[in-house]
Parts: sequence; C-alpha cells; structure tokens
Amino acid sequence: MILQWVAQIVSAVAVVGFLIFFANNVLQAAHARGLDLGYGFVGQAAGFPLGESLIEYDPAHSFGYAFLVGILNTLKVALVSIVLATLLGILAALARLSTNWLVSKIASVYIELIRNIPLLVQLFFWYFAVFLQLPSVQESFELPGPIYLSQRGLYMVWARPTSTFWAWLIFLGVAVVLSGALHQILFRYQIRTGRTTYPVATALVVLIGLPLAGWFLVGGTPLAKTVPELGKFNFSGGLRLTPEFAALLAGLVIYTGAFTAEVVRAGILAVNRGQFEAARALGLSPGQVLRLVVFPQALRVIIPPLISQYLNLTKNSSLAVLIGYPDLFFVGRTIINQAGRAVPVFGLIMASYLVMSLTTSVIMNIYNRRVRLVER
Amino acid sequence: MTTIQQTGSQPPAGLNPIQWLKKNLFSTWFNTLLTFVSALVIFFVLKGLFTWVLTAADWTPVVKNLKLFAVGQYPIEEMWRVGTILAIVSFLMGLSWGVWGGTVRTFAIALAVGFTLIALLPFDLYPGNENQPDLILRLGFIAHPILVVMGYSLGRTSVVKSRFLLGLWLISFVLTILLLRGFEGNQILPRVATGLWGGLLLTFLLALVGIVASFPIGILLALGRWSSLPMVKLFCTLFIELVRGVPLVTILFMASIILPLFLPENLRIDRVMRAMLGMTLFAAAYMAENVRGGLQAIPKGQIEAAHAVGLTGSQTMLLIVLPQALRIVIPAIVGQFIALFMDTTLAIMVGLVELLAVGKTVLNSNPAWLLKDKEVYLFIAVLFWLFTYSMSYASHKLEVALGVGKR
Repeated sequence: MILQWVAQIVSAVAVVGFLIFFANNVLQAAHARGLDLGYGFVGQAAGFPLGESLIEYDPAHSFGYAFLVGILNTLKVALVSIVLATLLGILAALARLSTNWLVSKIASVYIELIRNIPLLVQLFFWYFAVFLQLPSVQESFELPGPIYLSQRGLYMVWARPTSTFWAWLIFLGVAVVLSGALHQILFRYQIRTGRTTYPVATALVVLIGLPLAGWFLVGGTPLAKTVPELGKFNFSGGLRLTPEFAALLAGLVIYTGAFTAEVVRAGILAVNRGQFEAARALGLSPGQVLRLVVFPQALRVIIPPLISQYLNLTKNSSLAVLIGYPDLFFVGRTIINQAGRAVPVFGLIMASYLVMSLTTSVIMNIYNRRVRLVER
Repeated sequence: MTTIQQTGSQPPAGLNPIQWLKKNLFSTWFNTLLTFVSALVIFFVLKGLFTWVLTAADWTPVVKNLKLFAVGQYPIEEMWRVGTILAIVSFLMGLSWGVWGGTVRTFAIALAVGFTLIALLPFDLYPGNENQPDLILRLGFIAHPILVVMGYSLGRTSVVKSRFLLGLWLISFVLTILLLRGFEGNQILPRVATGLWGGLLLTFLLALVGIVASFPIGILLALGRWSSLPMVKLFCTLFIELVRGVPLVTILFMASIILPLFLPENLRIDRVMRAMLGMTLFAAAYMAENVRGGLQAIPKGQIEAAHAVGLTGSQTMLLIVLPQALRIVIPAIVGQFIALFMDTTLAIMVGLVELLAVGKTVLNSNPAWLLKDKEVYLFIAVLFWLFTYSMSYASHKLEVALGVGKR
C-alpha cells in the first residue's frame, strides 16, 4: 500500500517537474527573445491572402478570423470526403464480395494497391502530376455533365439558391420532421396492434410530396441551374473546385475509400450465414433479408472501425498544407510565420484537432450505443 | 492496418476451366454484362498505361538520380558504410532463414534476387562519375546472394540460437546508426552530418528508429494505463489520447519548431534527430494501444495462477503477462511499422530529404524535368508499394504461423 502511494507521488512529481522545467524554459526563451505568449494578436489584421474560403475573407480581416476560415476549410474537405469515401468504400466492398471473379479482382487490386502507397505520395501525384498539368482554360477537357477540367480546377453544373430558396427550405425542414414523426407513430401503432399501416410509404410520400408542393407554392424556382460558360479568360458560373481542393479531395476519397471498403467487407462477412438462411426460411424476401437482418447486424461491426477511419481522414486532411490548400494547419502555420507567435498558435491548432476528434468520437459512440446488441 | 486477405476464388478441384468460367463470370445475364464491362475497363486502362510507360514516359529524372533516391546526399567516398550495412542485413537475413525458416525464406530469396537485379540494371548506377565506382557497386550487389547462402548454411548448423539471433539483429541496428553517423575527429569513420542522410536510407531509418524506440515507451505507457494507480493512469491516458487525437504533421511540427523553444539554450538537437523524436512519440502512443490490446487479451486466470504459485506483482508482469501479450500483438506491431514506414513521407514537412522529398528536389533540379512529375511520383509509389506490400504479406504469414486468433 505504502509502496503504491510512493510510486504515485514519485510519478506525479516527475511529470509535474518535467512540465515546470519546460514551462520555465519557454518563459526564459520568451523573455530572452521577446516572444509574446499571449493571445493579444488574434484581433490584429492578418495581412495575408488565402486561396479559398467559405466565408468572405480578405487580408484586412483579423488573425482569428483567418484561423476560422482555416477551420471551415478543413471541415469542408473532411465532410465532403467522408461522404464520398463512404460511398466508394461500400461500392468497392460489394464489388470485392461479388461472385463475379473479374469484378472482385478489380476491387482487390484497387484496395491492395491504394492501401500500400503513402497518402502523401498519392496527394503529390494528384496535385503535381494530374491537376497542375491539365491543359489551360481555353483547351479544358469537357466531361459529360458538363464538367470542365483545366489548370484552374474543376468547373461543374451546380444549383444556385435564388431569393425563394429560404422559404422552400422551411418546407423541406417541415417535411423531414413530419415524415420522421409519422413513420415512428405509424410503426409503433403497427407493432402494437398488428395492423398494417404502411409507415415507410406514408413517410416517403410526405418527404417527397411536401417539398414538391413547396417548389411550386413559393413562386419561382428556389434553386436555379448554373452552368459554367467559357469567357475570355476564365469560366463564369457553375461550381468551381480549385486544383488544391480537387487534388486533396481525390487523394483523401480514393485512399480512405480503400480502407472503408475493408471495414465494410469485414462487417458483412461477420454476419453469420445462418442468419441469412433463417431469415429466408421465415419467408422474408432477399431485399428484406438485407435490410432487416444482415445490414443492422453488419452495421454493429462496421461502426467502430468506421469511426476511426473518419477520424483518420480528418487528421489526414492536414496534409493539405503540403499542396497549398488553406486548411486549419496551413493557416495556423502562416500565422506563426507572420505573427511569430509559435506557442499560442500551436496550442490553438492542437486544441482544434482535439475538439474535432473528440466531438466525432462522442457523436459516433452515442450512435454506436444505439445500434449495439442488447443482450438479455 | 494493411493485411492481405485471401479471397477463395481459385478454380476449385473438379471444375474444368469452362465450368469455372461459366460459374464465376457468366452465371446470369447481369454477371455476363458485368464481366464484359470490367474486361473493357481493364483493357483500356492497361492499354493506356502500357503505351504511356513504353512510349511517352521519360524516365531520365529517375535513372539519372538513382544514388539520390537511394541515400540522398550521403558522401560518395563514405558509401562503403551503406554497403557494409546492406551486407550485414543480407547475411543476417540468410542466417534467419537458416534458423527460423518459414516466411523468412521467401524474404531472404527476394532480397538476394532484388540485389542481383540491381547489379544487372542496364544503365549507369553512378551517373556523372567514372566507371570504377559503378563496377565496384555492381560487384558488391552481386555478392549478396552469396552472403545470403553463407548465412543460411551457418544458420542450418544450429550453432546460432534463436534468442541469440534476435540479439544480433538488435546489435546490427545500433551498429547501423553508429556506422552511418561516424565519430567526431575519427580518421577512418569521420562524422557524416545527419543533414546529408536522405532517400530510401532515411525513410527506412526513420521508420526503424521510430518503431524500435517506441517499443519500450509504448510498453511502459500501456502498463501505466493498465495500472491501478490513478495518477500514473491519468498521465499515461492523457498522453496517449492527446497524441492520438492530433495529426502526425502537428507532432512533427511540434518536435521541430516548438520543442527547441522548450529546451534550454545549450541543448540543441539536430533536425533529423528532432524528426525521429517526433515519430517516436507518435508511434509510442499507438504502440501503447496495441500492447494494451494484448494485455486485455490475457485471461485473468493467468494472473491469479501466477499469484497463487507465489510470484510477486512485477514477476507476474515480466514473466507471465508481458511475454504472452507481446506475442499476441506482433502482427499489430508489424502493421504499425508499415504505417509508420508510409508516414515517414511527412518528414518532408520539416525539411528532411527522405524518398518523397528527393523526388521533389530532383524535379526542381533541372528545368527540363519540370513536367516529369508523373514519372517521378509513380516511381516512388511503386517503390513504396513493393516494400509495404511485401511487409504486409510477411505479416499475414506471421499471423498464420503464430496462430493468432486460433488458440
């Protein structure tokens, strides 16, 4: 007992002593070199431009605001990549499990090839060897869509919100809430009474019908199609993805997609064959078997490793700094170079990543608890 | 983690080729359609790739800079040290094949064949230099199969014990570092500044140092997190979660930019060492989680039985729990090594000239190569793929050999 206490006290003293030693050195160095450890600089004008931003930004904005731009850019690329990588991963997993030998081989080659090449090499390839070597705007590639690929990035057709968009959004929100509630009520009623109430069909009708009605009721279309058109020097209209964003997106999606595919495949393989056969024997259709029996059980296995894949993706997005996409780390490093406040800015960067990691894992853990197997 | 899964799609016995085709490719109209579409895709991808590789691609930036890709700026007159290290590795690999057999055999043979192939490359290995070093280099590489066989025959004589061999590998690791670094003011082994280390050599060193140094730290952290002392547990958990919650880039950045601020003026660590420190701390947090997985897999009965026969707490840990736990996590550690090997590319961030950085430097070194990014990055990708894929192949075999998950 006494030994344990001694061990605890010794380790605590060692760690605290170590921290004090570090802090002391920092304070001394700060004093000697005139470093500022405070956060007073956050309000000063940043003075540097950023390649792209979700919110309006110019060099006259403050350092703090520039940092916010970086956080938003990280979130933007992470969210879009997560959605696309999940879709790609599911597709590749199903392909690898396919009974068609050729399809399954193609998926295996993709997965084994991509997972064994460092992400940074892939990012450099996409950025320096592909996106920066595309033809000039005048001679840009045209893909069906139309999607235009050139040195300036990727231009594609997009939906632009008009003045009535917000009014229509209310319809959409009401439809989502209402259909969700209806589904729950009807489903519970069906379970309680055993009478067929068509919960899914009713919910779908509401979910599609209400926004559709709203589309015509708000007067004027809420979303207008905008097509990129080649002007004298550049495209106008449409959605533009910068080469940096496009390369980062391509790299992250293809890389994480390969890892997600293995996660999904393991999940599907983890469902006992007997489950499938038993469900068929009960008279469920193949679609119902997948939806009601296989998928919920596979999900339980898939979710935890999938969480860590999403977290990895978010952390990997920091490689953006090496291809010049102004993400959180890029902006943070620029601020360090401009303002010379290495320690406080670095604290901000670490804290931002930690908050992102922790929030994601908390949300996913709550979800995980909901789908977890309830044992008797 | 990178592992290989076998998909059971070889033609099973009893099916002739036509039956196999019918079953696996043309069973339904949808399957037939899929087969044709995939075959078309494969055809066009391969055709495009081969035409490009054989006609359009210009590999001069790679061919002219093989030495840079291999060892970076390491001085030519000191290259014999690298050669010696490679020779030791080949010999030890042969020895391991003799002693352990199994998967090592594949690797010893692959190593011998690989070095022979390098010796037979149809272009100048040292462009811009006289022919002599080139010839010596080729002779050196061609000697490797002999070294492997020598090691193998020595290993077969059962003079060398398995544990002894493990010690030899560790000693050779320390020797490698000392040999590469040299000593201040020494005539035969002058000091080679770490700033001159580069290329594949540095990539391997970063990953090896990271994994070897992180091993003891990781075990300590795992034990700390597992322990019943709340203070120790708190600190270890905090460290592990903090490091795992942020990207490696930030850790490297911290080690190279922030750490010097935290240290007293008279304590200066050079750039490569700082990067190694960063990689080690990063790897230690993940190593700790791997080891913890192993610790948790040990049944409680083992500990209780150890106590019952009168072992003390630390004896139980050292003699009963850790050996079993570490055996379980070997494949995970190999997986982590592969991940770390790939992560060394991030050292480009803090100005280290590892493999990827050499590629970037080479591209910028000659205006004529400005648009040769495809060739250079493909070359690097293929190199990485060869190493990581063979390592994950080995790890998979190891997993089978150790029977993890079977017992």
